[in-house]
Amino acid sequence: MDNKNDNKSLLEKMGESQVWKSIIRSGVPRTRRQRMHAILGSVFLHLHPARLPKHAVKVGYTWCMGGLSFFLFVNLTITGILLMFYYRPTVEYAFTDIIDLAEQVPLGIMRELHRWAAHSMVLIVWLHMVRVFMTGSYKPPREFNWGVGVILMTLTMLLSFTGYLLPWDQLAIWAVTVGSNMARATPFLGNEGPGAALLAIGDINLVHIGSDVRFALLGGRFVGEATLLRFYVLHCIAIPFVAMIFMAVHFWRIRKDGGISGPL
Amino acid sequence: MSENKTNNAPRAAVGRLKARKSNSIERRGFFSWLAVGWLGFAAATGGFFTVIIRFLFPNVLFEPPQTFKIGYPEEFSPNSVDIRFKKEFNAWIVRDDESIFALSTVCTHLGCTPNWLATDNKFKCPCHGSGFRMSGIHFEGPAPRPLERFKIGISNDGQILVDKTKSYKWEKGEWENKDSFLKV
Repeated sequence: MDNKNDNKSLLEKMGESQVWKSIIRSGVPRTRRQRMHAILGSVFLHLHPARLPKHAVKVGYTWCMGGLSFFLFVNLTITGILLMFYYRPTVEYAFTDIIDLAEQVPLGIMRELHRWAAHSMVLIVWLHMVRVFMTGSYKPPREFNWGVGVILMTLTMLLSFTGYLLPWDQLAIWAVTVGSNMARATPFLGNEGPGAALLAIGDINLVHIGSDVRFALLGGRFVGEATLLRFYVLHCIAIPFVAMIFMAVHFWRIRKDGGISGPL
Repeated sequence: MSENKTNNAPRAAVGRLKARKSNSIERRGFFSWLAVGWLGFAAATGGFFTVIIRFLFPNVLFEPPQTFKIGYPEEFSPNSVDIRFKKEFNAWIVRDDESIFALSTVCTHLGCTPNWLATDNKFKCPCHGSGFRMSGIHFEGPAPRPLERFKIGISNDGQILVDKTKSYKWEKGEWENKDSFLKV
């Protein structure tokens, strides 16, 4: 009786334990079917295909750009959360906190990691778009996922733009001043945009510098304290939240549209 | 026994169906309630997003006032640019031979703030090199039009009052407007 039990390997014994089964849900997989169920039954593995097509591991075809984009997003999330422990988004402290992040905070490289990962992510998202375009991977049935990808690219740009303001140095303030001035020219919604002059009651303009879309974005008439706080919240909470929802759809559709891109 | 059972079962089912029918709503009524439900849902969602959009427009701004007094006309010497009000109010007060006017410090190219270079007698933008004469007329760099002027006048106590809510554009011929300059 005891002898029979001793013949089992440690892994097998673990696989039969209550702790293992409560976490992994199935025992140690032995057949192909059991192995597939082990993958499908775990939230951490279910995005990963149970079986990989051979072309999927060819780096020359995919350049691994989508995977690298996600890797950098995770990287930026982790370093970003760490930076939030030291950075205060106010006119008084923002700039000096950025200096302190390099000079006083342990491992002063954290902000640089965030900065370089951000630059890389913009570059790699664009290269991902190039690869998908060049291999024709936007064609049916993947046209919806191309649309989701375009939204994700726009969100990446917006993350980059909002993060640009946070150091609150001359470059940041004037770059965002110039960038947000584009919102003035929004049709109907910007005070200098086409059609804005039509939205008036008699002599009173409804769309003016204190009521247009740029005003809502900046929280004021110029880039100031309110803008810094707004961009901080957009950068740390709002845009990543939306991006994560679209990423979930993006990854799910990759599987549903026939797995990782390759000749269909 | 078994026959009885088979006979009883359908009767019981019919009875239950009848009972349910008297309680259930009509098809037509169901659809009108469905419409009311969806309209209510759409209204609530619309109201929700309206509130969110409105929330983004602040009622109180922690910015310098749009209208401000800058002192008496004789405090401004002829043919000079006063840069005292640049930092807080984004305006230069210029006095030439015959008038005083308030120039906006927003470059008409992309919205940076130029500097007044007294030795060169011009406004020069550090972003992309646009240059403006003392009058605000552009003459070099990428700026497509002159700087804008603000409404200017004399208040009851004799001080000059600048009102930034109204601006005058040269290209629209608005510098002819009496409110765009102060005769001295």
